[in-house]
Amino acid sequence: MDKIRALEQQQLREDLPEFGVGDTVKVMYKVVEGSRERVQPFQGIVIRRHGAGARETFTVRKVSFAVGVERTFPVHSPKIVGLEIVTHGKVRRSKLYYLRDKVGKAARVKERRH
Amino acid sequence: MATAILGRKLGMSQVWSDDDRLIPVTVIEAGPCVVSQLRTMERDGYEAVQLAFGDVKESRVNKPAAGHFAKAGVTPRRHIAEVPLGEGETFKLGDEITVEGFEAGMHVHVTGTSKGKGFAGVMKRHNFKGGPGGHGSHAHREPGSVGQASTPSRVFKGTRLPGHMGTDTVTVRNLEVVRVDVEQSLLLVKGAVPGGKNSLLTIRRA
Repeated sequence: MDKIRALEQQQLREDLPEFGVGDTVKVMYKVVEGSRERVQPFQGIVIRRHGAGARETFTVRKVSFAVGVERTFPVHSPKIVGLEIVTHGKVRRSKLYYLRDKVGKAARVKERRH
Repeated sequence: MATAILGRKLGMSQVWSDDDRLIPVTVIEAGPCVVSQLRTMERDGYEAVQLAFGDVKESRVNKPAAGHFAKAGVTPRRHIAEVPLGEGETFKLGDEITVEGFEAGMHVHVTGTSKGKGFAGVMKRHNFKGGPGGHGSHAHREPGSVGQASTPSRVFKGTRLPGHMGTDTVTVRNLEVVRVDVEQSLLLVKGAVPGGKNSLLTIRRA
């Protein structure tokens, strides 16, 4: 087990800012189209962080043209070029699945101010 | 350079490939193995090499095994297995075999003992569909009919029925070697291999 943990330790990324569930983030994700590479931003609320270590993932939800869109990214993916925290959210649970049933103003997360 | 090596399954993980794709891998602690016996054409009628692998306490080794290892001039190991000799290969007693003989990108066959499932029903063991879940049916996981009537008045041989499942020797062929860590004797193989953690595996070149 320790050797596996050591192996996964090498893959961890330290350069991204710490973020949690409820935060609004902008993920800069590298997309390969044929031979061309470009960076695609995806901005939304983090509704879940799942797993641990190198296998950890997070899911970002946004509402695009009245359609809910969720994307799950591995936290330590080399395809994430950058991650920017737009706002910190104040939430009371670890999984914000209830947002899926809310529309409009109700689908907001309170902002945490320091 | 050996065609085969013994190893211990450590578990599964994932690594990123060069083009940033996630590859599921099984981490195998492969070797170092030592040659503990040679099978020769003159004495045994076939050519093979016996490999020994794994640490074992000296006090845990019984006298016949201790004598066997002493004859080969190696320290006692936990596991012994025989592997066929590759073309043009020669080994001496006590030769050490490490993961250096393997490299990323090549393919291997991995043999192990599958996890035991105990006495399993036909749905788990033979992938039968089972009966309906409801509508008055009580035959949820039943095998259904196993034959005809008074002719032939018996169940045919080979009819798939419930019984013991698992603990079989299973070989998974042509798995890609993703990475080799010579320092830690680790072999990262793409995909799953039979058996639970810490189980003994034989890794052969494909």
